[in-house]
Amino acid sequence: MFSLLRSLWGVFLHAFHKRVTIQYPEEKAVLAPRYRGRIVLSRDPDGGERCVACNLCAVVCPTDCISLQATEDEHGRRFPEWFRINFSRCIFCGFCEEACPTYAIQLTPDFEMGEFYRKNLVYEKEDLMISGPGKYPDYNFWRVAGVAIGGKAKGEAEREAAPTDLHSLLP
Amino acid sequence: MSALYPLLIIAVVLGIVLNLAGGLIWVERRLLALWQDRYGPNRVGPFGLGQVVADSVKLFTKEDWIPPFADKPVFVLAPAVVVATSLLAFAVIPFAAGFVIADLSVGILFLLAASSLGVYSVVLAGWSSNNKYALLGGLRATAQMLSYEVFMGLSLMGVVIMAGSFRLGDIVEAQRHMWYVVPQFAGFVMFLIAGVAETRRLPFDLAESESELIAGFHSEYSGMKFGMFFVGEYIGVILISAMLTLCYFGGWLGPVLPGPVWFGLKTMAFICLFILFRAALPRPRFDQLMSWGWKVLLPLALLNLLVTGAAVLLLR
Ligand code: SF4
Ligand code: SF4
Repeated sequence: MFSLLRSLWGVFLHAFHKRVTIQYPEEKAVLAPRYRGRIVLSRDPDGGERCVACNLCAVVCPTDCISLQATEDEHGRRFPEWFRINFSRCIFCGFCEEACPTYAIQLTPDFEMGEFYRKNLVYEKEDLMISGPGKYPDYNFWRVAGVAIGGKAKGEAEREAAPTDLHSLLP
Repeated sequence: MSALYPLLIIAVVLGIVLNLAGGLIWVERRLLALWQDRYGPNRVGPFGLGQVVADSVKLFTKEDWIPPFADKPVFVLAPAVVVATSLLAFAVIPFAAGFVIADLSVGILFLLAASSLGVYSVVLAGWSSNNKYALLGGLRATAQMLSYEVFMGLSLMGVVIMAGSFRLGDIVEAQRHMWYVVPQFAGFVMFLIAGVAETRRLPFDLAESESELIAGFHSEYSGMKFGMFFVGEYIGVILISAMLTLCYFGGWLGPVLPGPVWFGLKTMAFICLFILFRAALPRPRFDQLMSWGWKVLLPLALLNLLVTGAAVLLLR
């Protein structure tokens, strides 16, 4: 009985506490820097597209909401011909960001993407591309990867030794 | 003119009670939010008052579905019963000296009778829904009302003995020197508990206990039929608060301000207390509820009656 009275009194005292609600549209919540919101496709520091259209994000996505078509430019560099994310299905789990070998796909702390028509939630590549490198300012996949593309032969990447000549017995 | 006067009173009472019952939806949500460090509805209109209108528009325009397996006539009738019976009880509530629809000499008995009729609504709703959860809710409501009804009446009898009348007006007038909450404190506490049980509000909402029974007796109800249960519940809360005010807190008596204002203020305070109960207290187990009612409160009420009677006889 006493505990009931005490909890009545305790709850009543809450009338004089500060309210914790954030009055959203007028007051914005402070989001964590790694908040998982709207997805972007980032670019290399030198402005090229990071995405190599490897389809890993599309495969890992639990809701199957990413689809893309790979293509190559004249240097043999792969990039997506089109890239589409259906945000009406995306659950913002961030798996795509973890799967991406090139840091191309990134989630940002922006969640204000409400639409009146479901179709408008399907973002195309133009809507996803941003002009900067996002969370990894210095990373350039093509500069550290060991693949040869037009303008960069084997052994020319950063911190990469020249390839071993398998036909020679010299050390 | 004198023939029109009762009609005028009826219109005023109906207007006040029904509007207040609607407004209580907003009051309850705001107060609960206040006690939970939130804001509650504050967007529609000033202070969110438009929420009442929005809610009622929503209730009226929702699909009013009657399940095919339900007992249709009873299913339709049940929500009306609770509103009708609780409104009926307001016929004998005096809002100020002489401002009463029917000044019955057995006012308290009429009040108790009318407010207990409300349980039919719950039972019929639970039965006609033809759904096991609804039926369980209805059964619980019946058992709860039966056991709490008994000492609800008994705890009020202390007041009746002291005032020497069943007429609510006389009871209030008898409190001119001292509110009955002082000599009848035990009775007041018991009546408060029984009153909360009577209106089936938390912590005694075992009839709908959404954690176990979906929504209990009104699981199958939608649209305005569900709204009627809600309005009925709020009218019940107003009714019990008004009874508490009349029987223990001197009704319309009070300094400076006019009578009806005092009556309204006191009633409002009790309504807030009801909401505080909802905000703070957990729901007891059903067997705890029953044994608490029969083994603790009923003997206490009888004892209170005995002591009050003896004291009144001795002091006479
Ligand atoms: S965040 Fe999750 S659901 Fe959304 S696109 Fe990436 S993997 Fe798919
Ligand atoms: S965004 Fe990343 S994971 Fe997806 S296709 Fe492009 S490179 Fe591969």
